[in-house]
Amino acid sequence: MNKMNKTTKQNMVTYAIVIIAYIIVMLLGVTGHISSLMEGLLVPLCIYVILAVSLNLVVGILGELSLGHAGFMCVGAFAGSFFSMCTKEAMPSGLRFLLALLIGAAVAAVFGILIGIPVLRLRGDYLAIVTLAFGEIIKNLMNVLYIGRDETGFHFSMKDSMALGLSPEGKTIINGPQGITGTPHDASFTIGVVLILLTLFMILNLIHSRDGRAIMAIRDNRIAAESIGINVTKYKLMAFTLSASIAGVAGVLYAHNLSTLTALPKNFGYNMSIMILVFVVLGGIGNIRGSVISAVVLTLLPELLRGLSDYRMLIYAVVLIAMMLFNWSPKAVTFRERYSLKRLLSRKETPDNHAAQ
Amino acid sequence: MSLLSYLINGISLGSVYAIIALGYTMVYGIAKMLNFAHGDVIMVGGYVVFVLASGMGLPPILAVLISMVVCTVLGMVIERVAYKPLRMAASPLAVLITAIGVSYLLQNLALLLFGANTKSFTSVVTIPAIVLAEGQLTISGETIVTIIACIVIMVGLTAFIKKTKAGQAMLAVSEDKGAAQLMGINVNGTIALTFAIGSALAAVAGVLLCSTYPSLTPYTGAMPGIKAFVAAVFGGIGSIPGAMIGGILLGIIEILGKAYISSQMADAIVFAVLIVVLLVKPTGILGKEIQEKV
Amino acid sequence: MALLDVQNLCISFGGLRAVDDFEIHIEKGQLYGLIGPNGAGKTTVFNLLTGVYRPNEGIIRLDGTDITGKKTIEINKAGIARTFQNIRLFKGMSVLDNVKVGLHNHYRYSSLAGILRTPAYRRVEKEMDARAMELLEVFDLHGEASHLASNLPYGKQRKLEIARALATNPKLLLLDEPAAGMNPNETRELMDTIRLIRDRFDMTILLIEHDMKLVSGICEALTVLNFGRILAQGGTAAVLNDPQVITAYLGE
Repeated sequence: MNKMNKTTKQNMVTYAIVIIAYIIVMLLGVTGHISSLMEGLLVPLCIYVILAVSLNLVVGILGELSLGHAGFMCVGAFAGSFFSMCTKEAMPSGLRFLLALLIGAAVAAVFGILIGIPVLRLRGDYLAIVTLAFGEIIKNLMNVLYIGRDETGFHFSMKDSMALGLSPEGKTIINGPQGITGTPHDASFTIGVVLILLTLFMILNLIHSRDGRAIMAIRDNRIAAESIGINVTKYKLMAFTLSASIAGVAGVLYAHNLSTLTALPKNFGYNMSIMILVFVVLGGIGNIRGSVISAVVLTLLPELLRGLSDYRMLIYAVVLIAMMLFNWSPKAVTFRERYSLKRLLSRKETPDNHAAQ
Repeated sequence: MSLLSYLINGISLGSVYAIIALGYTMVYGIAKMLNFAHGDVIMVGGYVVFVLASGMGLPPILAVLISMVVCTVLGMVIERVAYKPLRMAASPLAVLITAIGVSYLLQNLALLLFGANTKSFTSVVTIPAIVLAEGQLTISGETIVTIIACIVIMVGLTAFIKKTKAGQAMLAVSEDKGAAQLMGINVNGTIALTFAIGSALAAVAGVLLCSTYPSLTPYTGAMPGIKAFVAAVFGGIGSIPGAMIGGILLGIIEILGKAYISSQMADAIVFAVLIVVLLVKPTGILGKEIQEKV
Repeated sequence: MALLDVQNLCISFGGLRAVDDFEIHIEKGQLYGLIGPNGAGKTTVFNLLTGVYRPNEGIIRLDGTDITGKKTIEINKAGIARTFQNIRLFKGMSVLDNVKVGLHNHYRYSSLAGILRTPAYRRVEKEMDARAMELLEVFDLHGEASHLASNLPYGKQRKLEIARALATNPKLLLLDEPAAGMNPNETRELMDTIRLIRDRFDMTILLIEHDMKLVSGICEALTVLNFGRILAQGGTAAVLNDPQVITAYLGE
């Protein structure tokens, strides 16, 4: 059918944007046009894109506000990193990293289910604050978690590394606030881009499937969805868990891009969750391609403004507020509709925008 | 004796949370928005007093009053410029993100003006500490002032809402904006007034917080802001006595958690209690149950 | 045996008996009307029948199966679908997708098949598209299949809601004020559509309506509610001529 072709085409454009951006970056890299600062940003860019796309599944497609996304990233990061530390010598890096990604995804998914079951019956701002609370708890727990290993096996403590009681040959793997040191540097820009494409593939295809329709139906009208036999709890949990699990993958990527992994307010606190939410909202709630673009632009923006040193975050804040007012204020919306270029050129009614591209 | 002193410290910290939470809950009740920048108004209040009292040598009381005026104006400006245009926006997320933007803006302005290093805040409280039980229990002047301030604010605010026309208008707008408008209430003015009161309270909270924990950075307001928000939800968001109860309980839980369980885990304990409360009573302790009409 | 058999249905909200000792028997294929003044408890009856509320007392049987106190989803699976007084469409989705959500429980493939777009996915989606278009054609909505549901004019939104309910393949269709907000022309068209649904899908329909022309025009039997209690029940003509009913509607 015609509509089918249209959505498939839309999806192809999204994949193409990512692939073309990748090729451009690689070409620039080969010709030496990328500063070392930019190079250091490439993997984080991939991480933010994955996080934004996965959060959009909850915020835009399911229509629930979650402020705990960084918590799932944190769980994934520690689980994946822990696995890599344990198997550092035991297997080749490619296989090890693949398994680490799967483990990060699985552990984050388990947390997604455990948290989702009780909290998803809360609505709106209550859900927002509870997910924020869970994110903070996870971050907090990681700071008091000590796991070590010696020839007798794994040792675990919530007090300090001495309490592990390791033998002299033993090694502390997770060391409380010091986190994990020495995670192998398995992440790369190429792997990051592959993971972005996989994430997009999963989420875009999900949206246009039977499950995706059920999820969006719940977003648009929960009561009507129930009245036609949609299992609200099941699909809410499905969207939430999938989103958590993909955030876990982003966490594994994050952990394997740094030599030291610690759970700080900066990387896994609510501020991080909020930043990802900003990406999602500015990119367009429910607009997956928009999330990709806004994550890239908003990550690069402060770096591009680096020349302005002290003023850059100030400008970022002003730009953020101005963009929100311009995009969402009813007055600005009417103004834009009246004077939109498209309309002036074509003089036609704007065609319907499908909620999820 | 130590339990008692922890309890008193908890009530003191809780009183600060309660004052902040009052601002949160009033704004939420009336504008149905999470004002993420509220915590940063606290920080602004702290810096104003710091500059006036420590820098320019003004008497503390005067400094506090000026700080309240500054924050009131700030709150109203933020509402007018950043939030009001989005009141009818298609998604409630729009104003939430804008509030986050305002929060970034205030933090980075402070960073630019005062730098990132911690300023040591001189307490504005001059009342001496009370020593009880032959020196085993000391209640600091800050604690006394904080608790008294909290009680005065609570009583004053309740009286304001019950007895004055403006207060009744606030109630009406929080119940039903459209109906209030039809009754001839100036909705925009009422919302502005709510932001003004909330911000003035934030200034007071900022001064009290910095007097008790005398270090001031551009990020000082962020975490207390979040905690106060938790307290407001905990007590039932939109409810004034709820914010009070939520704030004080939160303060007590935090201090006792720090003392008896683990100082690193104190925040996690606070958040865990919130989760448990919300799971048992999804609208908080004093929150109203809202049934969706079919 | 009646398709819908309700006995002694009661529910109170905070001491107020919203529905008291309600009973109804609807035969298969019947077009049945539930009428009464505003606030008489008509929508509450619908909410009880569809599991939005749990009755305090009483028993609801659909086609011989007891469905009292079951959840909305289970009741829909058992065979009751409804529309709402205030239209509840999936506004951010296309007209076609609105109907396809209604088909959800009748066409299946695994989540993985959906993500990987396996042949099974393609085949089932094709079947769903075909079935949904068929339903849309009945309501003359097939031309707008790819439009956003929220962009439809009011009358068509009502029709789409009925199409979506029918997509769940119910035994009993509940329509809550289907003609509300329609002009006489649209109402006449709606009456034809309702008859058509009954004949074409062999459907049993219970509808709430204020428009007496519609009620007397298509309903074969009526129940009149007043203050939560049954005021009159029986054949349409007899009920509408009942002096008690006339009083309730016109006042003393």
